[in-house]
Amino acid sequence: MKKYYIGGAIVIIIGIFIYLFSTRNSTTPSPTPVTTATTTETGMTDNSGSSTTTTSGQYTDGTYTGDVADATYGNLQVAVVISDGKLAQINLLQYPDAPGHTTQVNQSALPILQQEAIVAQSANVNIVSGATQTSQAFQESLGVALTAAKA
Amino acid sequence: MGMPISVEIIDSNATESIFNKVFDYFTHIDEKFSTYKKTSEITAINEGRLKEDAWSGEMHLMFALCEETKKETGGYFDIKKPDGTLDPSGIVKGWSIWQASQIIQKDGFKNFYVDAGGDIQAGGKNADDELWSVGIKNPWKQDENVKIVRVTTQGVATSGTYIRGLHIYNPRNGNKPANEITSLTVIGPNVYEADRFATAAFAMGVHGTHFIERLPGFEAYAIDNNKMATMTSGFAKYLSQE
Repeated sequence: MKKYYIGGAIVIIIGIFIYLFSTRNSTTPSPTPVTTATTTETGMTDNSGSSTTTTSGQYTDGTYTGDVADATYGNLQVAVVISDGKLAQINLLQYPDAPGHTTQVNQSALPILQQEAIVAQSANVNIVSGATQTSQAFQESLGVALTAAKA
Repeated sequence: MGMPISVEIIDSNATESIFNKVFDYFTHIDEKFSTYKKTSEITAINEGRLKEDAWSGEMHLMFALCEETKKETGGYFDIKKPDGTLDPSGIVKGWSIWQASQIIQKDGFKNFYVDAGGDIQAGGKNADDELWSVGIKNPWKQDENVKIVRVTTQGVATSGTYIRGLHIYNPRNGNKPANEITSLTVIGPNVYEADRFATAAFAMGVHGTHFIERLPGFEAYAIDNNKMATMTSGFAKYLSQE
């Protein structure tokens, strides 16, 4: 599962919830509709192309794309999907993945890095790098192995 | 630090004196920065017995390095543990190994390595007059290497969970343990830089390798929980030319 800046995402998602609940009868046009279609009273548009009558819920079915928001460590953009008049799904379109960087969910910006299954190699090496030996080592005071090489 | 330290100096004029200097230095670092010692300066700070205006110069320096690294890694390097105590060992280890290597170089030695707990600063060439060969440990088989790299005057640092348990926390994820990558090895111009970025990159989980990819002058080899390794695009230059 992709990690994303949860703090920022929750702020934005709550913002969208507050907006949805507060503008049911408003005429303010926001967020930006995905496709152009007939504008309803609420200012949202439905991209299904068919009747915009709601059923049991309060909202018009469709997918609505939010504005790009600055989530401190990068941009955040969500799309909300209304189905049966209710919030059905939230899609992350952009999220900060690493310091100062924004990642498109389609990953086209990330290079494909080479991968391989790990395979045993020769034990005959000068030095070994790995996570520290044993937890016991931390309880002891400094342990020292001295290797002196002289020609 | 409480971990095994190996020092090897190839240059023929090395005597016991330089090794004593190096180990005296590590003892000094351990006595000041070990969170396992009741008498250390860092323990006094964590127990509220030492106010900031009474810190040693070296402690101030270490905290300044930690702060700088925190900024450079977008907060992924953070010495504050979930219980609120401060543990700068992620910076102290690489820094002290690098300082030790400089003690060696100042005395005129060129061919050596310093290895503390699997983080390495190498210099020059090995006894066969070839690049130092460094094995990256198999996280699941301690006596096995899964990759061999060849380095000269460079630093190699590995961050991992398989021994210490989940000791690296993701401060940007509610301090939950970072656990998608089991082991991340960074090669850089020196072990101080390699170690601080390995620590931060490890906390980023699967994104850590991409972080190192974007960092000029550093390469990484990350092993995940499924025993698959990912390497940065320039990593191959450190492999043996067969």
